[in-house]
Amino acid sequence: MTQNPYLWLVPILPLAGAAINGCFGRRSSKTAITAIALIFSGAAFALALFLAAGFSSASAPYYYDLAHWLRAGALQVDFSFYLDQLSLVMLLVVTGVGFLIHIYSIGYMWDDDGFYRFMAYLNLFMFFMLTLVLAKNYLVMFIGWEGVGLASYLLIGFWFTKDSAASAGKKAFIVNRIGDFGFLIALFLMIKHFNSLDFNAVFAAVQQMPMGAASVGTLTAIGLLLMVGAAGKSAQIPLYVWLPDAMEGPTPVSALIHAATMVTAGVYMVARSSAIFERAPMAMTVVAIIGTLTALFAATIGMAQTDIKKVLAYSTVSQLGYMFMACGVGAFSAGVFHLMTHAFFKGLLFLAAGSVIHGIGGEQDMRKMGGLRKYMPVTFWTMSIATFTIAGFPPLAAFFSKDEILWKAYSSPNGSWIYWLIGVITAFLTSFYMFRLWFLTFFGDYRGGDTKEAEHHSASAHAHSDDSHSGTHGHGHEPHESPWVMLGPLVVLAILSVGGGWVGIGDRFEHFLAPVFQSGAVAEMAHETGAETSGGGTEMTLTIISVAAALLGLLLAGFLYVRRPQLPARIAASLGGLYGLVSHKYYIDELYSALFVKPLVDGSTTILWHGVDQGIIDAAVNESATAARDASDDVRHMQSGNLRSYAGWIAAGGAVVIAYMVWMGVTH
Amino acid sequence: MIPLSAYLILSGFLFVCGVLGFLIKRNIITIFMSIELMLNGVNLSFVAFAAQWHALSGQVFVFFVMVVAAAEAAVGLAIIIAVYRTRETLNVDQVNLLKL
Repeated sequence: MTQNPYLWLVPILPLAGAAINGCFGRRSSKTAITAIALIFSGAAFALALFLAAGFSSASAPYYYDLAHWLRAGALQVDFSFYLDQLSLVMLLVVTGVGFLIHIYSIGYMWDDDGFYRFMAYLNLFMFFMLTLVLAKNYLVMFIGWEGVGLASYLLIGFWFTKDSAASAGKKAFIVNRIGDFGFLIALFLMIKHFNSLDFNAVFAAVQQMPMGAASVGTLTAIGLLLMVGAAGKSAQIPLYVWLPDAMEGPTPVSALIHAATMVTAGVYMVARSSAIFERAPMAMTVVAIIGTLTALFAATIGMAQTDIKKVLAYSTVSQLGYMFMACGVGAFSAGVFHLMTHAFFKGLLFLAAGSVIHGIGGEQDMRKMGGLRKYMPVTFWTMSIATFTIAGFPPLAAFFSKDEILWKAYSSPNGSWIYWLIGVITAFLTSFYMFRLWFLTFFGDYRGGDTKEAEHHSASAHAHSDDSHSGTHGHGHEPHESPWVMLGPLVVLAILSVGGGWVGIGDRFEHFLAPVFQSGAVAEMAHETGAETSGGGTEMTLTIISVAAALLGLLLAGFLYVRRPQLPARIAASLGGLYGLVSHKYYIDELYSALFVKPLVDGSTTILWHGVDQGIIDAAVNESATAARDASDDVRHMQSGNLRSYAGWIAAGGAVVIAYMVWMGVTH
Repeated sequence: MIPLSAYLILSGFLFVCGVLGFLIKRNIITIFMSIELMLNGVNLSFVAFAAQWHALSGQVFVFFVMVVAAAEAAVGLAIIIAVYRTRETLNVDQVNLLKL
């Protein structure tokens, strides 16, 4: 390992930007705010590129100890940063995509009153995300982990005067706390068993643990608790409910935080902890099952959503499920590979959706879009690339990463054909709902723009709309293309969505990450060489099947939404209850509300509020006050102002004293 | 010789008479006289003990008490006259300006 003092500059730069914009942004011009936000996030990106330039798969990791932090007996935790191949991938994704989205935000948020606040929050998010990614131990990672949660809360509730946005922010924050609780307990277990939180020290200790039920039990517990944390942050079953609601935030936020970077932190954390998971097979299986189920489950919900951003949100949940499936079968590098390509194409999808929303004046309902191909050609083409990418068409990026995951799910020792089958079904569903979105948005005739309709919107449905400044634009009728400051990032991300997967050709990506996943990768590699000879044909077959699934989704969506636009409604009607179940997201929110929220609220109201707080704490205070008053009421009669009663008390007191003295004299 | 207990019983009787008068009577002058009665009841016990134990300090105390009582009588009667002039009553229950 080599010291590299540049390391700590990477997160500090966006923090400086956030501090400057946060403190002085209110009074400075928008140009100055833009310059500061871009300079600091761009500098972080440049520095990341500079670090990447000197880095290969053979490089020893960089580290930098910024400061001592905790010294508690034998436990030492330092504020230190760490860069290896895995964090480098994350670093480039976070700074690169983050920088592009900063540029995009300038166009998207320019007319918003909170422009400076938005830019400061974005920079703050970058700081915490980079801290998370560059951490050398779990505690520093936890700081970043909590920090991105905070930034996410602030940005979801960015339009905090809107009730739905404020409560969506709270929901995200609280659901994440549940996951963080698991993460925290996992950290305590590590301190207890390994007396360290440093990645390398913990993993070394894990390797040296004796084989046996006790150590496997410990590692399984740690792994499962880490997975609870990851499920919260990365929106997996059962904690995924916050992510669709998080779409209340501005669209660049959805792209950066709730698609490209923050929600993948859970995947990163699981991949980072691969040494622990590899020795806890049961935890691995749980990860794989959760990932697989989430992928399928979210994809089915995505089919019936009408809000363009909600579709993408469920798609994100589903794709994250793929990543966990990969981690769960031991193919960590495939999961990270998909994480990277997903950051490109899902960031692009969200930004393009934002461009659409921006162009038609804040409408998010796909049923009111249509025919936008003519009005916004650049958005259309970039969105098309992203749609074909996520559907998994070769040679676009997600084809490589998704195919890698499906192949690993089938072939790896922990895998099973069930994972593969569900994965392929999910791929078909993904393709279907994405092309549904694509056809509904860009093909056919424009269904919005009706004056009456538009006015009706700004009056009532605007509460749901994303773009708060749509009213000032005054263009509810004629969709228009977005400015180039927004289209530029789209084009760059489109190029990355096309070419981003090519780094995975010939397992190059996997070899690059091999030093991080040493033990697993070795086993994987050995398996690979064995499987390569015998399984080459199988892999090809599976690939063809998954591409066929994607094609089927495209054709079905095209048939339903272009050829026979009346058909979907009829099918929905004939499915009746099933369709209702899916379009209401399986009533999971209602279920959680009935199972957890309502009992908690009721219990807090009756037991904690009326019972404990009012009945015991308040009552104790009130009762002692009443008792003091009653006692005083009684004693008050002594202080009557009546001279003779005073004299009487004095006489009585004197009599008592004399009686006492006489009694004492008698007894002696 | 008259025993000590007889003096003390008389002294206690006088004192209790004083206390009761003080508590029961409403006329300020009567109350004032009750106070004198209490003082002299105590004085009686002082001299009785002094005679009994042949100790002079008890008798010296009595002189002091008499001096204080005389001064008190002078001041007290002056106050009573002042009260009567302003309130036109000697009933203590009506001299209650300090009462809430």
